[in-house]
Amino acid sequence: MIDLSPAEIEALGLSLRIAFWATLCSLPPGIAVAWLLARRDFPGKAMFDALVHLPLVVPPVVVGYVLLVVLGRTGPVGRWLFETFGLTLGFSWRGAAVAAAVMAFPLMVRAIRLSLEAVDQRLEDAARTLGAGPVSVFLTVTLPLTAPGLVAGAILGFARSLGEFGATITFVSNIPGETRTLPIALYTFTQTPDGEMAALRLVLISAAVAFAALAASEIIARRVRQRIGAAS
Amino acid sequence: MIRIDVTRKLAHFKLDATFEADSAGITALFGRSGAGKTSIVNMLAGLLRPDSGCIEIDGRVLFDHKAGINLPPHKRRLGYVFQESRLFPHYTVRGNLTYGMNRRDEAARKIDFDTVVDVLGIGHLLERRPRALSGGEKQRVALGRALLTSPELLLMDEPLASLDAPRKQEVLPLIEALRDRFNVPIVYVTHSMDEIVRLADTLVLIDEGKVAAVGPIEELTSRLDLRPLTGRYEAGSVIAARIAGHDSEYALSLLEFAGGTFRVPRIDLPVGARLRVRIRARDVSLAVKRPEGFSDLNVIPGTVEQIGGSVEDASAPDLDLRLDIGSPLWVRISRRAFHDLGLAEGSSVFAVIKGTSIDRLSLSRLKTGDEQSDLTNQQGTPT
Repeated sequence: MIDLSPAEIEALGLSLRIAFWATLCSLPPGIAVAWLLARRDFPGKAMFDALVHLPLVVPPVVVGYVLLVVLGRTGPVGRWLFETFGLTLGFSWRGAAVAAAVMAFPLMVRAIRLSLEAVDQRLEDAARTLGAGPVSVFLTVTLPLTAPGLVAGAILGFARSLGEFGATITFVSNIPGETRTLPIALYTFTQTPDGEMAALRLVLISAAVAFAALAASEIIARRVRQRIGAAS
Repeated sequence: MIRIDVTRKLAHFKLDATFEADSAGITALFGRSGAGKTSIVNMLAGLLRPDSGCIEIDGRVLFDHKAGINLPPHKRRLGYVFQESRLFPHYTVRGNLTYGMNRRDEAARKIDFDTVVDVLGIGHLLERRPRALSGGEKQRVALGRALLTSPELLLMDEPLASLDAPRKQEVLPLIEALRDRFNVPIVYVTHSMDEIVRLADTLVLIDEGKVAAVGPIEELTSRLDLRPLTGRYEAGSVIAARIAGHDSEYALSLLEFAGGTFRVPRIDLPVGARLRVRIRARDVSLAVKRPEGFSDLNVIPGTVEQIGGSVEDASAPDLDLRLDIGSPLWVRISRRAFHDLGLAEGSSVFAVIKGTSIDRLSLSRLKTGDEQSDLTNQQGTPT
């Protein structure tokens, strides 16, 4: 095990914290959007679908810039947040979490949606005939059977958040201890003379964290599949 | 009383079903695949919304298009057993059984968990997951799960269709046991005549989305105009009978029916037990004189009542005749034999039935309360 420098620990801790909150906060809306896309037909669904997937295809800098304009202290939503809750997103780690969440959202929705579409709706019908109302059916049948997708979506979102760079640096800049996540720290070192060794160390740390996340997802997904009795 | 009067446009035809049936015993919906049976049951359950009409069970309105009433499935208080058991894979057997039960008010739970588990023989499975169960076991659990909601009516959509023959024999008696033990009325969808003979009290014939006939099974199976629906290749008669005695020396049982007595291989039921036998038309032969020196045990006099099919149709080798032997009895003979014997409507004949051909699978025990109605049903001359 290599000894980590305080700056490296700081960047790693910040990255994990940002990715954690980004994932946690985007999970409920992710489930809601995935459910809408998987189960409901409504006018403008194609547009909505495209909008959700937009961060996947536009340059991350564009997303970061839009966030800056809308959520920055002088932006319409940003000013309201500051005046109402005293909350500042621009140039803070919270803003970094928002940027990570927006960028990871489409991946998470995709995974959950696929899983929702695979749920046998005949089981939901059975639950309805057994006296379960819509909310009860969702909580006792639909959601548990979607669990593998929830886990996959969450891990995917978490890993994507760890790697988020473009939107973050555009929206919240590069502030040590506040918004300098692993990828941003790595970028900083590559711009510094004689920074190659430090950059390489961060590459290894990033790779190790990503690998651990994927391994964890595989293990959790297998457990969940067993729990819901799917043939694994 | 179950009252249904619904229409709905389906992919291939328009369903337009109207019938009334007693909400007691087992009402069977019978028809070909795709005739609309499952759609009707789904409308009863609230899983499919009719375009118009109304549905009422024992005076409780479940659906009324004009009044804008459409109770959601979870408020209809009907149990539903599906063709594929549809057990929840993420619950244990116990969790599946109690899923609906726990959603019923405690005061409304008329059906006891332990009794159901006992009758269905699933006590040793309670902690297992559905995927560790055989097909028959799954279906037993599904029966229990629906029953434990203490439903006012139990819907069953071909509950045996996905099972192989031995599993069918495992589950079929349990459905009879449920009917007798828990006294829950059942609407039973099937395309198997064997299951109908064994289980049904009332038969609803469905054809192309319409109700072709409703009535006691003995009556509907004897009607010539319904033959295309009740099955030409499996054609047969259904006769209500009673065990009159046993002949222990030859291991035979005597079955008394409205026109006489059949001798059949011994049936392990007490004297006096009521049952229903199905006799296939192709297992009956005809003689114009009482045959002698003949191995078949059942020779019963009767008259030719109706001739099904054209006697002159050169492309048809066989003819089905309906005899009156005290009960209607279908006989399939060759057209050649019909002419050689010089038969016509009203001819006196002898029906010869081999005792071993009486379909043992179809021997169904009837509830004792039905004695009178069953006898009168099959004495009336069907048109």
